[in-house]
Amino acid sequence: MTALVEHIVNPTLIEARERPELIGGGFFAWAREKLFYSWLSSLTTLVLLAAMAKVGISLFQWAFLDAVWSVPAGPQGPITDSCRALGSGACWAVIREKYRFILFGTYPFEQHWRPAIVIALFVGLFVVSAMKRFWRIELAALWGLMLLLIGLLMWGGIFGLTFVSQANWGGLALTLIIATIGVAIAFPLSVLVALGRRSDLPFIKWLCVAYVEVIRGVPLITLLFMASVMFPLLMPEGVNLDKLVRAQIAIILFFAAYLAEVVRGGLQALPKGQYEAAYVLGLSYWQTSRRIVLPQALRTVIPPLVNNFIGFFKDTSLVLIIGLYDLLHSAQVAVAEPAWQGFGVETYIFAGLIYFAFCFAMSRYSQWLEFGLNMLRHR
Amino acid sequence: MIAETDPTTKATAVSIQKVNKWYGSLHVLRDVDLDVAAGERVVICGPSGSGKSTLIRCINNLEEHQQGKIVVDGIQVDHNIAHLDAIRREVGMVFQSFNLFPHLTVLENCTLAPMLVRGVARPDAEAQARAYLERVRIPDQANKFPGQLSGGQQQRVAIARALCMKPKIMLFDEPTSALDPEMVKEVLDTMVSLAKDGMTMICVTHEMGFAREVADRVVFMDHGQIVESGSPHSVFGQPRTDRLKLFLGQVLREH
Amino acid sequence: MTALNNDIQAHNRRATMLGSFVSNVAVRRFIWQALAALALFGSVFWLAANLHHNLAARNIASGFGFLTREAGLPIAEHLIAYTPADSYFRALLVGTLNTLSVAFWSIILATILGTAIGVARTSKNWLLAKLSSIYVDLFRDVPLLLQLFLWYTILQKLPPVRQALNPVAGVFLSNRGLSFPVVDWQAAHGWTLLAFVLCLLATTLYAKRASRKQLEEGRAKSFWPVAIILLVIIPLVVGFSLGASTNLDMPQPKGFNIRGGVTVSPEFFALLVGLVIYNAAFIAEIVRSGLESVGRGQHEAARALGLHPKNILTWIVFPQALRVIVPPLTSQYLNVTKGSSLAVAIGYQDIVSVATTSMNQTGQSIELVGVIMGVYLTISLSISLLMNIYNARVALVER
Ligand SMILES: Nc1ncnc2c1ncn2[C@@H]1O[C@H](COP(=O)(O)OP(=O)(O)O)[C@@H](O)[C@H]1O
Ligand SMILES: [Mg+2]
Repeated sequence: MTALVEHIVNPTLIEARERPELIGGGFFAWAREKLFYSWLSSLTTLVLLAAMAKVGISLFQWAFLDAVWSVPAGPQGPITDSCRALGSGACWAVIREKYRFILFGTYPFEQHWRPAIVIALFVGLFVVSAMKRFWRIELAALWGLMLLLIGLLMWGGIFGLTFVSQANWGGLALTLIIATIGVAIAFPLSVLVALGRRSDLPFIKWLCVAYVEVIRGVPLITLLFMASVMFPLLMPEGVNLDKLVRAQIAIILFFAAYLAEVVRGGLQALPKGQYEAAYVLGLSYWQTSRRIVLPQALRTVIPPLVNNFIGFFKDTSLVLIIGLYDLLHSAQVAVAEPAWQGFGVETYIFAGLIYFAFCFAMSRYSQWLEFGLNMLRHR
Repeated sequence: MIAETDPTTKATAVSIQKVNKWYGSLHVLRDVDLDVAAGERVVICGPSGSGKSTLIRCINNLEEHQQGKIVVDGIQVDHNIAHLDAIRREVGMVFQSFNLFPHLTVLENCTLAPMLVRGVARPDAEAQARAYLERVRIPDQANKFPGQLSGGQQQRVAIARALCMKPKIMLFDEPTSALDPEMVKEVLDTMVSLAKDGMTMICVTHEMGFAREVADRVVFMDHGQIVESGSPHSVFGQPRTDRLKLFLGQVLREH
Repeated sequence: MTALNNDIQAHNRRATMLGSFVSNVAVRRFIWQALAALALFGSVFWLAANLHHNLAARNIASGFGFLTREAGLPIAEHLIAYTPADSYFRALLVGTLNTLSVAFWSIILATILGTAIGVARTSKNWLLAKLSSIYVDLFRDVPLLLQLFLWYTILQKLPPVRQALNPVAGVFLSNRGLSFPVVDWQAAHGWTLLAFVLCLLATTLYAKRASRKQLEEGRAKSFWPVAIILLVIIPLVVGFSLGASTNLDMPQPKGFNIRGGVTVSPEFFALLVGLVIYNAAFIAEIVRSGLESVGRGQHEAARALGLHPKNILTWIVFPQALRVIVPPLTSQYLNVTKGSSLAVAIGYQDIVSVATTSMNQTGQSIELVGVIMGVYLTISLSISLLMNIYNARVALVER
């Protein structure tokens, strides 16, 4: 029991039972203090090392030593027998063959440079938006401009670009589009809802509460089903919105409900004195909100906002259930043709790494921001 | 009137001999020697970062010293858990940031340790807690939660909580530095009355008035060393080192 | 100065004439709300009219009458008796129970795994803490749906029944799922289980009283003898005296199938594994931040008072950490429940899967989406209600 307790109590406070005789650095001193400071800790370390060696070696064998990196081409497509041979490891040949499909979906092959630029533009936009020195009103304009440019590249139809219908959009490019447009529209909406939820007009307040609670109470899948099967029934005859647009609307409504709760948290954390000071200065409701309340409230909720963005980015993968070709769906379909059947693990790992790269970067960024904010508060 | 104490005839309460401590490569205590007799009141002062907190936290093993010897009430501070338990029972401590347990009422804060550690039955523990709360002059707050009290009140509860363990020695680590000026006095008054009852006290504080009134000895620390020590009169009145003169100049300017 | 005065006068004049009505606070509030209500009811009316028209055009009768019709919908896993000849209502009920079942087991297992990893992250052992944080980063930052596909694909790559993996005697892992032994269920087992549950209740009550007594009287009573009598001996005595058999129903690979024991389908198993692994990463973070929220000063004060590590945990750390842990943990439980809706993507028949199949068969999409939303909202609201009661009970009193 005490051994377990020792792990739970904040580590820096545990009474060290052994006094380090050695003062100063050195790997052995470090290992003794961090890995072998008690018999229980030594045992844990050894068990973990053994498990790591066992799992690590077989994973390494599968992923590298026994892996098949390419397969010969045959008259009827690639010959994947070497991947299926007994004892063969990962079949990375499927990635070599299909990575463009996974990244760009069914976008016309010779036009792939367009979604490729779009992906690069998105990454650039994210990086710029993450830098504090660009947090100015012009950033909103940049976003508008970029989204316009991205739409232009994806659709084409002018400046000599061939037109590509959004039915052919797919892969990572589509995932980024759905996620980014979702956040870009959901965020302003969420601010309004959050203000509405704190409004002293009962009907408006009630409306916002109902919206937020209902959306947050049901899985995203239900909203996507509503968009795909119910939406056509609710529109006048003849109005037929594209599937991507319908899914995008569902996603925006979903994101906005969650973001509204985050924003509301920031509004609540703002001291009452701020409202009172604005009131005695004679500012109107909208002036107070725009000049006093929101700038302060939004600043404090940036880390949780980013955490929500991570969730949203992952959640966009659900659009595959209603048949859109996002990154995950492309990875799934890439192994649909007979030659490549059975190599889903490899394509999922590939897609998983892409998702991971984006989410991990965002989560580290949010931790860094939070750290900065805490430092500010403690000063 | 403060009880007369004569360190030479009284038993030693705390004995610190050639104590050294490092944080990594940072040498925070250098060959510190300090003996405190039973009933003696020692005030430790010195610039921030000089190792005052570290020194008194070594006494009840909140921090571990790496070289030298510390003996508290005849028990050595070492790795024997029984020794450490015994020492903690005899040594009470008051922190700069109160550290009251926010989820327990004032009364529960005061009764928890006596019941769990000393095995006192609840009625007795409560009666005793109420007596000590009376003593720190907040008997009517017993059923409130710490969050409902002012800083000065919280610190007085912290003192009562420590006293409920019936310690022989009390350690104070800047008990008034986190308080608003008007609350400093109520806490100091409590400490003065404690001193008048003959409690052995080691206080880290920069309150010169308090030191003059109750301290038998003032110890000045700098860079992990004890630089000067003596009666409040001699240390404050005739500082011998430049470091102390500089320090006193700064403290006096602040107050 | 005069310009300002003029402005004010002009303003006053305007206010006294036409504006006094509109600038009245109460009136303005009314106008805002009336506008909002008008917009809401207007659009609802518009949508309803479209719906009515479209349904009429497609010859779909709205309403819940279809619920009593025969579903003709096979459901492989059902906790209550079910055949395709049963009604849609029963099919949806089976789906709901499947949702609850996979959510229930996921929540229990994810809590255990997540707590262990969260505690391990605060460990002083560098390797243990590091590996735990790698686990959290890895599984938290990849979509749940992708992880489900991955586990499902891996499970399908398992050998067929003839070469089923047999890691522990009696447990088989094959592309048919996971099979493990169970006891031949008899009434006596039911009584034994009941006795165990009652004794468990008694033990928790006893433990509560014992710790309170320890405070009252200052002496610790030994707890384990009573607990062992209550939890082990009494249920065993009940079982034996009623003659409960100890025969295990062992799974046996027979041809292409496994006979005997209990077999969970690869779909259920993949969903369970995916939900547990994914949500454990989040729960670990919740637990860790809860433990770390109890500041250093609290530990130090407790140690300076002479409390033992075990007492510090029970009386100081846990009560404070739980306040921080429980609210996000509850919403994580809600996420597990909502995440179980991804079952539809790998073919486990939860409420969403049953409802969408019914949708395709009947065309009653509005009603069935309503059913799904109703089920989830009921679950969500019940959990939030419990949550609010808990929060009100443990909230810290502040000035
Ligand atoms: N846990 C710790 N780890 C590393 N350094 C520490 C730690 N605690 C204190 N120190 C350092 O030790 C020195 C002495 O600290 P302390 O005893 O708190 O000083 P004082 O109480 O006199 O202000 C300071 O330089 C401080 O930064
Ligand atoms: Mg200090």
